[in-house]
Amino acid sequence: MSEEGTSSRTSVKVYVPQGSLGVGIFPDEIDHALAQEPDVIALDAGSTDSGAAYLAKGVSKNDRGSVKRDLRLLMRAQQEAGIPILVGTAGQAGGDANVDWTRDIVLEIAREEGYAPKVAVLYSEQSRELVKQKLAEGRISALPPLGDLEEEQVDSCLHIVALMGPEPYFRALEAGADIIIGGRTSDPAVIAAYALWKGAPAGPAWHAGKVAECGGQATSANTGQRGVMIEVHADGFDIEPVDPGFRATVESISGHLLYENKNPWRLTEPGGELDVTACEYVQLTDRKVRVTGSRWLPRPYTMKLEGASGDLFQTIMIVGIADPDVLADPQAFHDKMLVVLRERARSATGAADDDFHISLRMYGWNGVSGRPPAPGSVPLEIGLMGVITAGSQELASEIAKACNPYFFHMPLRMGMELPSYGWAFTPGDIDRGPVYQFVLNHVVSIDDPLELVRSEMIDVERSEVGAGAQGQ
Amino acid sequence: MPRVSEVCRHVRSKVAGPFWVTIDLMFDSQESYDAYATSPALSAESIGELYGVDPATVSLYPVPTLKVLKISYPRQAPQGGIEERDLHSGQQYAYLLDVEL
Repeated sequence: MSEEGTSSRTSVKVYVPQGSLGVGIFPDEIDHALAQEPDVIALDAGSTDSGAAYLAKGVSKNDRGSVKRDLRLLMRAQQEAGIPILVGTAGQAGGDANVDWTRDIVLEIAREEGYAPKVAVLYSEQSRELVKQKLAEGRISALPPLGDLEEEQVDSCLHIVALMGPEPYFRALEAGADIIIGGRTSDPAVIAAYALWKGAPAGPAWHAGKVAECGGQATSANTGQRGVMIEVHADGFDIEPVDPGFRATVESISGHLLYENKNPWRLTEPGGELDVTACEYVQLTDRKVRVTGSRWLPRPYTMKLEGASGDLFQTIMIVGIADPDVLADPQAFHDKMLVVLRERARSATGAADDDFHISLRMYGWNGVSGRPPAPGSVPLEIGLMGVITAGSQELASEIAKACNPYFFHMPLRMGMELPSYGWAFTPGDIDRGPVYQFVLNHVVSIDDPLELVRSEMIDVERSEVGAGAQGQ
Repeated sequence: MPRVSEVCRHVRSKVAGPFWVTIDLMFDSQESYDAYATSPALSAESIGELYGVDPATVSLYPVPTLKVLKISYPRQAPQGGIEERDLHSGQQYAYLLDVEL
């Protein structure tokens, strides 16, 4: 470990209060954590797991009230302990709008509480022009399963972010930041950043960041609503849940590299790879695990790009079906309905086959699997969801309205009395909005980890408590 | 022959980023792991057929110290795309449970 010239520091303690900002910190956990004198508070505030909507729209997944509540608790803890707070992938997606939303909450709390932190804001959103320029320079490569990037793919993105490593956080810490609000960051990087900045060994710091990024999920608490304390030292790292009622076990900690990870041994990060193949896990106490043998393999610096598109639109309709003749052969019903609806869409709107898409999902039959169930299966009832996709909301809506009577009344046989399937709403067609998808799975190679990152420092002035937001 | 659900204490699936699905089969004992982790019913070919995926893109990661077999494969359609049925791929594990080993 590096000596900073003053103390003979041999370890760095990182308090990770929760797996995602806003899921609900237990206040007495913070008391437990501060009693252990951590050096920093670090947490992740986002994920791509719930899809591209949050990047495309620039909005958070967690509600504002919950995020503000948790941030207020952490900012109070900061006042008590005098330690920095690092938040990565702010606002779920870490685009500029998501970051600014989080920054505004922090500033609001500071005003309400009379705090005066130095707030660093790190932006990692990238313009389409810059990405196309990097593409032209040959600096972009694809990660499987996608192929080489085409300009049209870049143009289809509403927002693009590059995943930061720890380096932009180093710069903010060097400048004296108390609170760092980071845009899209590699999950372990925000947790590892402070320890790395203090000269901790890279393998243990990154591995600790990976295990702790979900908070207490890697412990017997099994939930990201609980926090963990990690200690990175010369031999490796230790991890323990903050609440005394929970335990970290060799099994829970070693198993966490499995979670949401395609490869349990290697993790690619900006600037290198984490290799845990040779790790050893020891149960130090009945609640604490020590991990040794984590290796960091430096690599040429690349940043992963994420881009969200929203150029298709959907309208949906849902009916419930209890008719036993339909239930006796749902696949035949589905196939006939699809033909009927497509024909109706074409004839009513003049749309060509390429202009729209209709998907029928039969919940209770094969809505989740999309594949034929075992022969002889008979559903008790079916929830039939029709999803119409088109290049504009107007066209999707028009097609849905045209299809509505057929969706509602389609008979199994010609000449029979028309059935009426079961709507839950009036009107039955629901405009769902854009289809948000991740378009990029590519990396950009760069020479300087800071070159694609913009940063701002806000020196918050101490307000009179109660002024500003409370209205005076 | 036993089914997956009879020799695994837990089976789970999730997205690993927007483009990959990862499944963890956690065997209930060292004996179960040793006997069944390499079963042809869990080969790339079998997994490929079960999930409609090219077997060449299926990765198998045996983790003997944890008695876990991890299986990863690419999503066949973009996450949140026009035919999405399981955004987090959190339900895909269910189709493995009755597979005979």
